[in-house]
Amino acid sequence: MTKEEAENGRDDMAIDGAEQANAVPDGFDANYLRIYYGKLFPHADMFKWMSYGNDGKHPACDRSYFGRREFSFTLENDIYIRFQSFNSVIELENSIKEKCPFKIDIGPVYSVDPAKRHAYAGDNVFTPVERELVFDIDITDYDDVRYCCTGADVCLECWPLMTIAIKVIDAALRDDFGFNHILWVYSGRRGVHCWVCDGKARRLTNEQRTAIADYFRVYKGNENSHKKISLPGPVLHPFLARSYTEVLKGFFEAKLLPNQSLLSSEDRYEKILEMIPDASVASELRGRWQENKRASMSKDDINLVRWDQLKSVLQSGKQKTQGIRRCVEEIVFSFTYPRLDMEVSKHMNHLLKAPFCVHPKTGRVCVPIDPNNCDEFDPTTVPTLSQLVEELNREGLRQDAENEWDRTSLGESIKFFRTTFLQPLLKSCKEDIESSYNAKLQQSKNTLSCRTQSNHLCPNVYSHLFNPVINAVEDQN
Amino acid sequence: MEVVQSHRKSSSNNVTVSTLPLYRSAPPLEVRLEDFELFAMDRLRVLKGISDGLGRGKKPEEMEKLVADLWKANMRHPQANEEANKDIISHFVLRLVYCRTEELRKWFLSMETTLFRYRFRFESSEAQRALMSEFKLPYKAVSNAEFESVKDKLGQVARSMGQTLASADAIFYKVPFEEVPELVAGRRVFICKGHAYVAMNQVVSLVVTQFRSYLSKALILTNRKWTSTVREQEKDRLAPIVEALCTSYLGPDYSQPNEAGEISVKDIDHIAKTSFPLCMRHLFEKVREDHHLKHGGRMQLGLFLKGVGLKLDDALAFWKAEFAPKVSAERFDKEYAYNIRHNYGREGKRTDYTPYSCQKIISSTPGVGDHHGCPYRHFSEENLRAALVRMGVSSRAVEDVVDKVRNRHYQLACTLTFEAVHGSSCDAGINHPNQYFIDSQRILQSKGLCLHTEYCVIWDTFEYSLQLTQSLQWMSLYVPIWFHSLAEFDIKGTGAAGSVFTDTTDGGGSLNPMLIQ
Repeated sequence: MTKEEAENGRDDMAIDGAEQANAVPDGFDANYLRIYYGKLFPHADMFKWMSYGNDGKHPACDRSYFGRREFSFTLENDIYIRFQSFNSVIELENSIKEKCPFKIDIGPVYSVDPAKRHAYAGDNVFTPVERELVFDIDITDYDDVRYCCTGADVCLECWPLMTIAIKVIDAALRDDFGFNHILWVYSGRRGVHCWVCDGKARRLTNEQRTAIADYFRVYKGNENSHKKISLPGPVLHPFLARSYTEVLKGFFEAKLLPNQSLLSSEDRYEKILEMIPDASVASELRGRWQENKRASMSKDDINLVRWDQLKSVLQSGKQKTQGIRRCVEEIVFSFTYPRLDMEVSKHMNHLLKAPFCVHPKTGRVCVPIDPNNCDEFDPTTVPTLSQLVEELNREGLRQDAENEWDRTSLGESIKFFRTTFLQPLLKSCKEDIESSYNAKLQQSKNTLSCRTQSNHLCPNVYSHLFNPVINAVEDQN
Repeated sequence: MEVVQSHRKSSSNNVTVSTLPLYRSAPPLEVRLEDFELFAMDRLRVLKGISDGLGRGKKPEEMEKLVADLWKANMRHPQANEEANKDIISHFVLRLVYCRTEELRKWFLSMETTLFRYRFRFESSEAQRALMSEFKLPYKAVSNAEFESVKDKLGQVARSMGQTLASADAIFYKVPFEEVPELVAGRRVFICKGHAYVAMNQVVSLVVTQFRSYLSKALILTNRKWTSTVREQEKDRLAPIVEALCTSYLGPDYSQPNEAGEISVKDIDHIAKTSFPLCMRHLFEKVREDHHLKHGGRMQLGLFLKGVGLKLDDALAFWKAEFAPKVSAERFDKEYAYNIRHNYGREGKRTDYTPYSCQKIISSTPGVGDHHGCPYRHFSEENLRAALVRMGVSSRAVEDVVDKVRNRHYQLACTLTFEAVHGSSCDAGINHPNQYFIDSQRILQSKGLCLHTEYCVIWDTFEYSLQLTQSLQWMSLYVPIWFHSLAEFDIKGTGAAGSVFTDTTDGGGSLNPMLIQ
């Protein structure tokens, strides 16, 4: 028996040769992926989600809805196929199992089945009609403010930047915009995605999506401009003010500042001093810090001490100009405020990776993140493909092939997905479908009863009811 | 949401509260063919003036004055109803001109919307309310009780914009946030649970959004009708005017560089130093330095080079070679080559993308790791000075340029740079990076320093086409034109004029609308 099995006290029927097979080497492997799609990937849940209630029996259900959604697959060897569509859960599942895509992207719902798009000529005939409001936050966009990692690496020191972003954006989506059905997903390596699935959100136009993305945008610079955050005005907009006091300030002062040692060395504190528009103020601080390089007056973290000094200088009553006082917030914002990829959110036809995919470079599954508990989320312990396959192997063969994911680490994620996101969403969709159906029914009943009346009464009333278009035209003229 | 009470609308029908037309439908009017073109050109001057103003980054108060001046200078008429007719006719003619491609539609939509916005602001609040009801905007005034509960937040929003909350009886409207994307984008409203609280003075935004969306749809319809029926029938009369009106004012879009005006990869280094505007120099330097550029930069520089005359194969070779230290040839072919071919119209929907104008570049938003955009706008003063010095601009001129930048006149700053580098004046001002390039090459050629003489040919061709347009003004065939709703044109011919109907006529001279389904 292997050491593992001895520890587990397992009494497998496995013979020696097969024991080696239980230990699964690390990494991403196409064969594991096949097993993953075969037993673990939640095909049915994805189908239910993407159907938004239209897979039900209600007469108002749109049978064509799911079939008009675009999926795209990235296969082995970087072969990329777009405009995949499926008419049922079986078609979806079979295609995924057969093609075993390394990445699955979800696109919009089009006006017609994407597979038949060439049959329609002319502008605006094949066009997106619904698409979730999506956001993509990638930690590489924060490379200029994190020193622990760069590029694709992520660690527990800098991951909290993502946590902060989730908190700020999630609160605004719910409180400001009134959205309810929001799914946050780990992107598998270095970021998070957000899917806003309310009906209102799915029907937003590109212009409206751009407006929302702009509402969230604060960061506007690049390496050629010194100050990348500008917060003009005597006070902040309520959204920014709330984000600052409830999330950003606390995080910056308690975590980011000390963990990233933002003020401890000269090249690091220079970056912050550069953001102060008044050169004399900056040099005053610079002078103080250069003196104190070696001696440290107290046991407190030098970063916190210096930050307090900076704040008291900038916010003292002596400072006349608005810009100076606001500088403290600007510094905090420039380090901590969420940096969204605008292009992802602006266009309906943008394709975004599906949840529960496996990231080919890390082997990690793109699992949902609970926004109410995002502090607890640890990207380094997200289940990997090899880990899951190993867990499956360990459980051995079972008769029932249902819900195999429940015996693995993935179970928790799928249950979370269902209870906190999918079920409330589908309930709400069902209600919407029913109520709009009833409304239409009511409307045509009203017309009907008027008609039967008017046959006896005034023919003019009759024509008004059946030719509302003419009415409108007349009114306009 | 309540729909606005209809009684207001009927009262506005009786009393002409507003003179601002909504261009919903064209009234039946007879227009002389001369006026057809003249009115349009006058309006085009207004729109072009607005375009310039926007490109120079003028603030709203400056734009307000600019619009008022432009309108006064070009569109006034001693008789009020003649003025209204000119307004409406010129708008509809320009619809024909600018419906034909996506880029033209975008430009026209943008300028007409801006024009409408500032004209709306001039109207009295009575007139504004009347216009709002015309648009059937679903707004609802906020009750006193609700106002009290959100007053703090509303005040905060106002102060964040440097304004104060109007008196206690200020009118606010509660609308779904989807109705006011501009206000949401600029964080100029308080939003709660999907509702935006819009101040009376922001109502402009509501109205403008409606206007814009209506016009956008109308333009697409106009295009369909023009291309499907009207253009063929009008090919000897209206079509030449329409086509000339467009090119004479937007200038060449540099999408089809003169065949002979090619450059090869080895030339790029040299011309980058002598003839590239700062934005492209910067991108070019960064590519050389980093052996990479992000998407925005690749688009801006790549399309510029296309306009300069770099052929597709040379472009692929150029980018591949530049990226080689960081990107293997295989990976390049996989990840970057497709996009380059796409830019040249060889992939996907085969759109031949046009190089970006200054206006587009100035309004772009470079983010982390980006180098595109307009350096006059995005560089810190220090970096800008350094860059200008590297270009060989004298310190005196650098001061002038920096001064322009402080006042947000980015294109003027670039023009001054051009003048300083080349030692000659540029009266037209810089509106397009490819224009900078062509002008630069022209000057160098006249000094015997230019690489290709063909660029000057492009310039001459443009000036020649301008002369051709002006000669069309002398066409004075009198033909009454009947405008029908939306984009249809009913044209009544006087026999010999040669207009064509699709329908039967019932005897000489009476009007039969063309049935355009």
